[in-house]
Amino acid sequence: MMEYFLTEEQKMIKDLARRVADERIAPAAAELDEKEEFPWELMKVCAESDLFGVYMPEEYGGLGGGVLEQALVVEELSRACAGVAVSYAASGLGAFPILLFGTDAQKKKYLPDIASGKKLAAFGLTEANAGSDAGGIETTAVLDGDSYVLNGTKQWITNGGEAEVYTVIAMTDKKKGSRGATAFIVEKGTPGFTFGKKEKKLGIRASATRELVFHNCRVPKENVLAREGMGFIVAMKTLDRTRPGIGAQAVGIAQGALDAAAKYARQRHQFGQPISSFQAIQHMLADMAIQVEAARAFVYAVAKSIDSGVKEFSKESAMVKVFASDVAVKVTLDAIQVFGGYGYMRDYPVEKMLRDAKITQIYEGTNQIQRNVIALELIKEYAGRK
Amino acid sequence: MNIVVCIKQVPDTTEVKINPQTNTLMREGVPSIINPFDMYAIEEGLRLRERFGGRVTLLTMGPPQAKDALREALGLGADAAVLLSDRAFAGADTLATSTTLAKGVEKVGNVDLVICGKQAADGDTAQVGPGTAERLGWPHTSFVRKIHEVAGGSIKLERMTETGYEVVEMRLPAVITVVKEINEPRLPSLKGQIRAKSAEIPAWTAADLGATPEQLGLSGSPTQVVRIFTPERRSGGKILEGSLAEQLDFLVARLRETKAV
Amino acid sequence: MPILVSSDKCTACEACVSGCPFGAMQVVSGTAAAGDGCTLCGACVDVCPVGAIELQVERKAAGTSAGDYRDVWVFAEQRGGRAAGVVLELLGEGRKLADQLGEKLCAVLFGDKVEQTARELLAFGADTVYLFEDPSLANYQDDLYASAMTELVRAEKPGIILLGATSIGRSLGPRVATRLGTGLTADCTGLAIDPEKKNLLQTRPAFGGNIMATIVCPNHRPQMATVRPKVMARAKRDDSRHGEIVRKALPKGVDLRTRVLEVVDELSETANIAEADVIVSGGRGMGDPKNFSLLEKLAKVLGGAVGASRAAVDAGWYPYSHQVGQTGKTVNPKIYFACGISGAVQHLVGMQSSEIIIAINENPEAPIFKVATYGIVGDVLEVVPALTEAFRRVRG
Ligand SMILES: Cc1cc2nc3c(=O)[nH]c(=O)nc-3n(C[C@H](O)[C@H](O)[C@H](O)COP(=O)(O)OP(=O)(O)OC[C@H]3O[C@@H](n4cnc5c(N)ncnc54)[C@H](O)[C@@H]3O)c2cc1C
Ligand SMILES: Cc1cc2nc3c(=O)[nH]c(=O)nc-3n(C[C@H](O)[C@H](O)[C@H](O)COP(=O)(O)OP(=O)(O)OC[C@H]3O[C@@H](n4cnc5c(N)ncnc54)[C@H](O)[C@@H]3O)c2cc1C
Ligand SMILES: Cc1cc2nc3c(=O)[nH]c(=O)nc-3n(C[C@H](O)[C@H](O)[C@H](O)COP(=O)(O)OP(=O)(O)OC[C@H]3O[C@@H](n4cnc5c(N)ncnc54)[C@H](O)[C@@H]3O)c2cc1C
Repeated sequence: MMEYFLTEEQKMIKDLARRVADERIAPAAAELDEKEEFPWELMKVCAESDLFGVYMPEEYGGLGGGVLEQALVVEELSRACAGVAVSYAASGLGAFPILLFGTDAQKKKYLPDIASGKKLAAFGLTEANAGSDAGGIETTAVLDGDSYVLNGTKQWITNGGEAEVYTVIAMTDKKKGSRGATAFIVEKGTPGFTFGKKEKKLGIRASATRELVFHNCRVPKENVLAREGMGFIVAMKTLDRTRPGIGAQAVGIAQGALDAAAKYARQRHQFGQPISSFQAIQHMLADMAIQVEAARAFVYAVAKSIDSGVKEFSKESAMVKVFASDVAVKVTLDAIQVFGGYGYMRDYPVEKMLRDAKITQIYEGTNQIQRNVIALELIKEYAGRK
Repeated sequence: MNIVVCIKQVPDTTEVKINPQTNTLMREGVPSIINPFDMYAIEEGLRLRERFGGRVTLLTMGPPQAKDALREALGLGADAAVLLSDRAFAGADTLATSTTLAKGVEKVGNVDLVICGKQAADGDTAQVGPGTAERLGWPHTSFVRKIHEVAGGSIKLERMTETGYEVVEMRLPAVITVVKEINEPRLPSLKGQIRAKSAEIPAWTAADLGATPEQLGLSGSPTQVVRIFTPERRSGGKILEGSLAEQLDFLVARLRETKAV
Repeated sequence: MPILVSSDKCTACEACVSGCPFGAMQVVSGTAAAGDGCTLCGACVDVCPVGAIELQVERKAAGTSAGDYRDVWVFAEQRGGRAAGVVLELLGEGRKLADQLGEKLCAVLFGDKVEQTARELLAFGADTVYLFEDPSLANYQDDLYASAMTELVRAEKPGIILLGATSIGRSLGPRVATRLGTGLTADCTGLAIDPEKKNLLQTRPAFGGNIMATIVCPNHRPQMATVRPKVMARAKRDDSRHGEIVRKALPKGVDLRTRVLEVVDELSETANIAEADVIVSGGRGMGDPKNFSLLEKLAKVLGGAVGASRAAVDAGWYPYSHQVGQTGKTVNPKIYFACGISGAVQHLVGMQSSEIIIAINENPEAPIFKVATYGIVGDVLEVVPALTEAFRRVRG
């Protein structure tokens, strides 16, 4: 067992999240996947256990932790079901813009309910024609008296339709390009704000992914986050902070697959012996374990570094997301190999884990885009050196 | 409602293994847990408090480390916990245990309802709940699977029987023991656990309870364990021989010997 | 502490450390010692290979003097006027004990209009039946039963009282024992008389069946035990037997603090396999859905539930809620019968922790025999009904 020098409270958080995962999520995972059902019951369990508040300041009813605490929860929940874990995590993605850029009044109004799990949050940036190129978003917000009028459609928004609180990025001034976007808090139920149908997905099927449709939707001025024109800054700073969470999700999925594969390898007999006695299987398991532990160490290190207050961490946050998500896909794929044909069947959990793992390479910025970011930073750094 | 929930710290018997060489219990590394049935007792106490208001106090008799069990249960949301701990309590059978717990309940004071688990995973007797009721001079109902209502100084509930259930009305104060059909225990909350970490847990001794030593522990226990042994384990892979009738005779006899039928 | 360890004999081998059910033994500076968790159960005494440990029992021998107490009593619990099955088992076992001690076997019966039942108890071996008849006794009532029983015990002074370890017996037993200040051994599966001291040796499983303990109650009378149903052999009926029925009056002025408002029978045929002590499972080898009724009959005789392999479930022979295995339920009953099940690994993972596995299969090479405690090679359609018959005979 690696010693990660977690504080007593962090260990407590991890242990409780693990119990929630083992006792409540794991037994429901296959059915939620099959039925593509949003896990409201489990969200309630997470709420009652105070998991939604781990990264929130105490003054808003949280436990005062940070990115690491959130990552610990996401990792443990993902071991059992990444679809449930992302529903939990996306609420944080929706809340971080308020936490980082909200006014006192905005924080007081929205954060306590999110910290207690009474309300879920969501984050809407992506659109049909603007994925990796977020600068291409076409949703507009026009100031009219005391409010902005939003028009346009956000696509593939996790927790869409289920969440009560949305942070949405829209263009307030096209001409200004990347300085022409603004972040808004939009509440469910605001006239002119509706949802598209729930998407059918390869994996994380328990989670809800929907369009956010704005049609002459009036949002009061006091719901602007930061200032007009800061929209992309809000989005980028938020994602820098949440990408280690995707890393944690990836680590959790990979750990779940390793656990299942190692257990199965001891049970399954061929040629009169357990398949765990074959070196080919042993090495596969060893490689899986090496990768999982490395990814975990990396996730914890970056999360701790962010929580310690460093200023610049875009590159590291991108690195850990890329590394861990690639590990998750590799490890879940190998887990299926260890299971042989059984791994390909839906009766066993590993094929779901592969389907779930794949998304971690795509959302919150594809791994290609992350590598672009990393490379650009590197080149900048080296350009500054003699 | 002023509720006392009695909980016992037990070894996790699902983790207990038998050493096949020496045929003895291997307890190494077996964690101590709250007796599983007591989790339902705690949950029912918390639910009654949510329905009717009041307080939930946890009570355990055990060595000092039994405080861990109390702390864990406090993390679920109980209001207070008391440890009954004294060398004089050691070696108690169910009679002496019941006496000690009853004294503890009396000292807590003004209690309306005591909730126990159906039985403990180690001693497995299911005798402490009714015994405690008798010592308190209160009525009891065992194997409760549902509580209908609490009103007018009495409680209406369902007792599980071999063939179904009975609806019973019982005057308070009283003792109940609960089965696992009664509820689904909650998980702890982080805030509850943090609060529990620093909670004061008083430890009451025999003197605090005002009990006479002859009633307690070994001295107060009419029963004695004279021998402990492990039941015979199956060898595996025995295909029976002889005529079908002979095989069946053998099988029936063996099953009766092992007391499984 | 009354656990005495001879430091001369102790080799610090730690057998007692791992043998202690409560993890209370430690080796401190080369000698074993009992710590705070010790319950004085004596397991360490038994495991010590060099006899270094002694359990010093320094009890007040006060209690009651055994000499005044004689006879073996059976509490004859009834529901709806009929004696419970376990009562016949207690009479069977009680007869043996009484004969060994040269004492009488008595039954205590509470109920309303149950004289016929009282006569039957005589036929099943009781020499005397103490009969309390009153409309208020129709259903079990703690306060009344406990008061009447305690008074009767104080007056008649039995040496042994046996009760069924049923919901009634396990409610009444501890109340009466506590009121009398005597010992009660729970859920016994074995009873015997110590030939020297004439004490009742009461053996019972504890720790979820992981260990057995033998318990005595040397200095208090009566010696009381609840006995697990379906363990002891039933007494044989002999209508020519004679005995006396002694009518007793209920004690006056008992404060009735509990009231049974309703009795509901809920015997579900679809017993939950996850909790059953006995499971009779069938697979493709049952050949036809209607043959599952054979399994249901066997399960009924043993008070168990019916399970099925996936092959049987997929064929629509039995509902999915009864499937055992990887994609069904995991079970660990005391006895698992696998009838016409080959023993595929996905089935095995769901049932291999069962205490006793009995496989019936016509193919002697079927992998199920590798995990079976006992295997019968034969046709299920022949073996299963024969088994049912065999068990029905011994269960009377
Ligand atoms: C299940 C799910 C949930 C989601 N949840 C949310 C959410 O809650 N909120 C939200 O705002 N968004 C969400 N998204 C959107 C997600 O962030 C985007 O899918 C992602 O940013 C990629 O955009 P795209 O799918 O349009 O791919 P595209 O941008 O169309 O990319 C297609 C391919 O081209 C590559 N590519 C693109 N540009 C470059 C380049 N410059 N260099 C090299 N390669 C490039 C990409 O790496 C990719 O391989 C979600 C998506 C999914 C599938
Ligand atoms: C192998 C073995 C066999 C034994 N057999 C007998 C026997 O046949 N008769 C006998 O009189 N004693 C017996 N004992 C002693 C008995 O285990 C102890 O008296 C024990 O303290 C209480 O009994 P239990 O564990 O069976 O509890 P149970 O009566 O099964 O427990 C029921 C409920 O009572 C409450 N409770 C029990 N103990 C405590 C406690 N310490 N603190 C708080 N709440 C508690 C809990 O709510 C629990 O769920 C045996 C001990 C051993 C080791
Ligand atoms: C992903 C996956 C998950 C699975 N999950 C489960 C699961 O949860 N539970 C499960 O049970 N299976 C499961 N299986 C199926 C498992 O692999 C086996 O196919 C199944 O257990 C076989 O059922 P069976 O033993 O009844 O049938 P068979 O394997 O066909 O065996 C029938 C047996 O009956 C014997 N027989 C035939 N006639 C008689 C007779 N007249 N008298 C006596 N014996 C007779 C035969 O000799 C044979 O051994 C799963 C399989 C997969 C791939």
